Amino acid sequence: MEKRVTFSSWTIGILFAVPQLLLIFTFFYWPAGQAVYWSLTLQQPWGGGNIWVGLDNFRSILSNADYWNSITASLVFAGISTGLAMFIALVLAALTDRQLAGSRFYRVVLIWPYGIAAPALAMAFRFILAPEAGFMAVVNQVWPGFWDPGLDGADAMASIIIAFSWKYVGYNFIFFLAAFQAIPRSLIEAAAMDGSGVMRRFRDIQFPLITPTIFFLLVINITESFQDSFGIVDIMTSGGPANATNLMVYKIYSDGFKGLDYSGAAAQSIILMLLIIVLTIFQFRFIERRVHYR
Amino acid sequence: MVERTPFLNFFTHVILFVGFVLCIAPFVVVTIAASHNLKDVNDVPMSLLPGSDFWLNIKTAWTTADLGPKLLNSFIMAAGVAAGKVMISALTAFSIVYFRYPGRTFIFWLIFVTLMLPLEVRIVPTYAVVANVLSPYQTILDLTGLSWLIEKVSGVQVSLSLGLLNSYSGLILPLIATATGTFLYRQFFLTVPDELTEAARMDGAGALRFFIDILLPLSRNNMAALGTIMFLWAWNQYLWPLLITTDQSHATAVTELKQLIPNVGGIPEWNIAMAGTLIVMLPPLIVVVAMQRWFVRGLIATEK
Amino acid sequence: MASITIRDVKKSYAKSQVVHGVDLDIASGEFVVILGPSGCGKSTLLRMIAGLEDISGGTIAIDGIVVNKLEPRERGCAMVFQNYALYPHMSVAQNIGYSLKVAGVPAAERTQRIQAVARTLELEHLLDRKPMALSGGQRQRVAMGRAMIREPKVFLFDEPLSNLDAKLRVQMRSEIRKLHRRLNATSVFVTHDQVEAMTLADRLVVMNGGRVEQVGTPGEVYSRPASRFVATFVGAPAMNMLEGTVELDGLSLLGGSRRLAVQRAGLAVGTQVAVGIRPEAVRLVAPGTAGALDATVDLVEELGAGRVIYVDLDGASFSVMTSEAVHPEPGSTVGLRFSPDDLHFFSSDTGTRIEVFKASVPEPAL
Repeated sequence: MEKRVTFSSWTIGILFAVPQLLLIFTFFYWPAGQAVYWSLTLQQPWGGGNIWVGLDNFRSILSNADYWNSITASLVFAGISTGLAMFIALVLAALTDRQLAGSRFYRVVLIWPYGIAAPALAMAFRFILAPEAGFMAVVNQVWPGFWDPGLDGADAMASIIIAFSWKYVGYNFIFFLAAFQAIPRSLIEAAAMDGSGVMRRFRDIQFPLITPTIFFLLVINITESFQDSFGIVDIMTSGGPANATNLMVYKIYSDGFKGLDYSGAAAQSIILMLLIIVLTIFQFRFIERRVHYR
Repeated sequence: MVERTPFLNFFTHVILFVGFVLCIAPFVVVTIAASHNLKDVNDVPMSLLPGSDFWLNIKTAWTTADLGPKLLNSFIMAAGVAAGKVMISALTAFSIVYFRYPGRTFIFWLIFVTLMLPLEVRIVPTYAVVANVLSPYQTILDLTGLSWLIEKVSGVQVSLSLGLLNSYSGLILPLIATATGTFLYRQFFLTVPDELTEAARMDGAGALRFFIDILLPLSRNNMAALGTIMFLWAWNQYLWPLLITTDQSHATAVTELKQLIPNVGGIPEWNIAMAGTLIVMLPPLIVVVAMQRWFVRGLIATEK
Repeated sequence: MASITIRDVKKSYAKSQVVHGVDLDIASGEFVVILGPSGCGKSTLLRMIAGLEDISGGTIAIDGIVVNKLEPRERGCAMVFQNYALYPHMSVAQNIGYSLKVAGVPAAERTQRIQAVARTLELEHLLDRKPMALSGGQRQRVAMGRAMIREPKVFLFDEPLSNLDAKLRVQMRSEIRKLHRRLNATSVFVTHDQVEAMTLADRLVVMNGGRVEQVGTPGEVYSRPASRFVATFVGAPAMNMLEGTVELDGLSLLGGSRRLAVQRAGLAVGTQVAVGIRPEAVRLVAPGTAGALDATVDLVEELGAGRVIYVDLDGASFSVMTSEAVHPEPGSTVGLRFSPDDLHFFSSDTGTRIEVFKASVPEPAL
């Protein structure tokens, strides 16, 4: 879309964009380019600049079992938490949209979790899910050794999934509810006049009409599960036990800043960037369909 | 609509109530745990009746993690990011919507691409830039031979250096360098009737005047929505502040939470940890509750 | 006050040309209405005068000074927009006074002038309201006030009444007229509503397809339309048009079923022409009356003061407007009679008016 009316003095026009351009050049394009450069070079141990190694960094990462473990963990985390957060949010939003008594109240409260910082909620869940205190301790009293995220990788993974999903139920709820409310009331009424009941209407009318939102949230949830998980992992498990929760961003951080392997971390960043770009492109392919329904 | 669905209504209420309990439970548990003494908080099962040590725990957490200055830092960062975003995005959107200049489409895409890559995936090089924010320009001067030229001509060796580690600018600026708000404004500007622009031009207003007198006041709702969402987003940042605040003076409340993780040895001080958690989660929660309308609106508008 | 001189003005966009060389002289203090269907280029022409559109070719001069390259604010024009374009976040007083504020007029003088304008337009009690809280008519007045306060050399109106309901429109029309009589400022008013155009204009400019079809007083345009387009566009119901062919001793109409005895001056036999007659120039007579055309009644539209009777004339639709107390039944036959002086002739090829015919009474074909 374009404006019909514009201002003619285009030098002033460009000036308005300069602050933003300076910022994104300095803090976006330069670092992104730098990441590519580093990923293709290796820093000399005693200074003296970088030497060109081509795709060696990528080869060494991709042949590293730890890295593949990190990818698997990230995908498991992304898959389960996205599914969980979206399903629960969809159910809650659909039910809230029925506008029975109290729905206004739910509309307000159910979005609170999204406002909470990932590390803060991670701390809360670290306590709630702690094996020796809090609530899982009760379970452990009945079945000793049932739950210990500090020792059992699966338990640790479950912990970070629960914490992440809790936050993103709130996020997804906001979008699902908005999507449901964007469906014209007359459509629902027409379907009711056609004799279709509540469940039937959900399946035949509402669900198909919000599929664009579902696709959109799917991509956002997966991308966020790569990024927003860092605080949760760092507070709850520090990537352990035995790398079971060493998700990709966490590994980049620990390799780059703890292990000081800039080249390796840069190569990992590039792979993650590519992954996110692919996801984003996938998302844009669905933008037209989203618009179509509005 | 007249519709008798008693069973469905019953289940609706039950499920929504369960959802409500799951949503609210962590807040409740954190608050209750924060009110217990060390022994009670480690009881299995922990009593759900609040204890009496709430203020004591809050005070301990406050001093242990030095939350006063840290909350201030968080606030400065969040407010800085929100204000910076609200201003810079408005300027940029104005530029790409209301002007026609060569390269405009290119600039549009240049900004658009930044939506794709979150800061988290490019932390390593961004960190290096922030360590010396002028390094890109130094490199450009070196590569183009300009530094050599300047040195030859003036005898001055060009060595640009400005470190932003442990500074508010270092915390704030990289978080502003994305397109999120720009497209929010762009969408809004496109809905502003052309006649308003023309009326302003007939009234003698130039571009800047129109921007300040007409466009910005009309964008108030968008500014509130964007400001709210950016404030929350910045407040909740963790990885970035963790990296660039090597020095305690600029650490934020969220990064300081780590100080409160109970040690492995001894009886874990969960009551203190939860008190600290409560303090850190409260400001964004207040913003969400107080600015609910802007929060929801901003969230939906920035993502679309 | 100022005169406007428009010379061969053209406007083209990337793909299409919307104004094809317009020439127009507007005298100082004159109220000119540009009338035409939507997309005829009338608004574009107005906006070029205002400086809101670049001029692709030709020149526009205000008071003899070519303004092609001048910004809107430098031209001394004020404009009233179709949807008023009031600034929604400013009060009525701020809206009216904005141009003075931009020009750096001191606050005290500004207030005084806003008061004066508000008094003229009876807006004094509304000065603190926001546009949202105003009715359509009030918004219209604020838009007028905003134009008036600058005491511009030229007033430009871009269909300013089209968003009002019928009653308000009539009222605002007379107010604009009165205002013009008082301020006597040069005004250019664009509309697609011919009643508006006829009632307001000192001089009427009829445009079609990016060209000026006719310039003249409303009376001239109505009684001597310069083209077939003007003839059918001005006047309601529209002028009846019958296709005809020039023959040796007159015209054959409607594929030869009717004949018209006219003196053929200079046109070759076989030339196609269109014959126009206004519905209000036709009289109903008894069927079979000598010199009248017989037709079948299709539909009668009651207007209260009169009636529009749609008849079928050998397959062609034809309308008659009458204020007489006649109520023919649909399906019945009536006779149509008109004076030869009321006939208009247009070339079928170019649509331009032909003055060469001298008409005599029509005679029914045998």
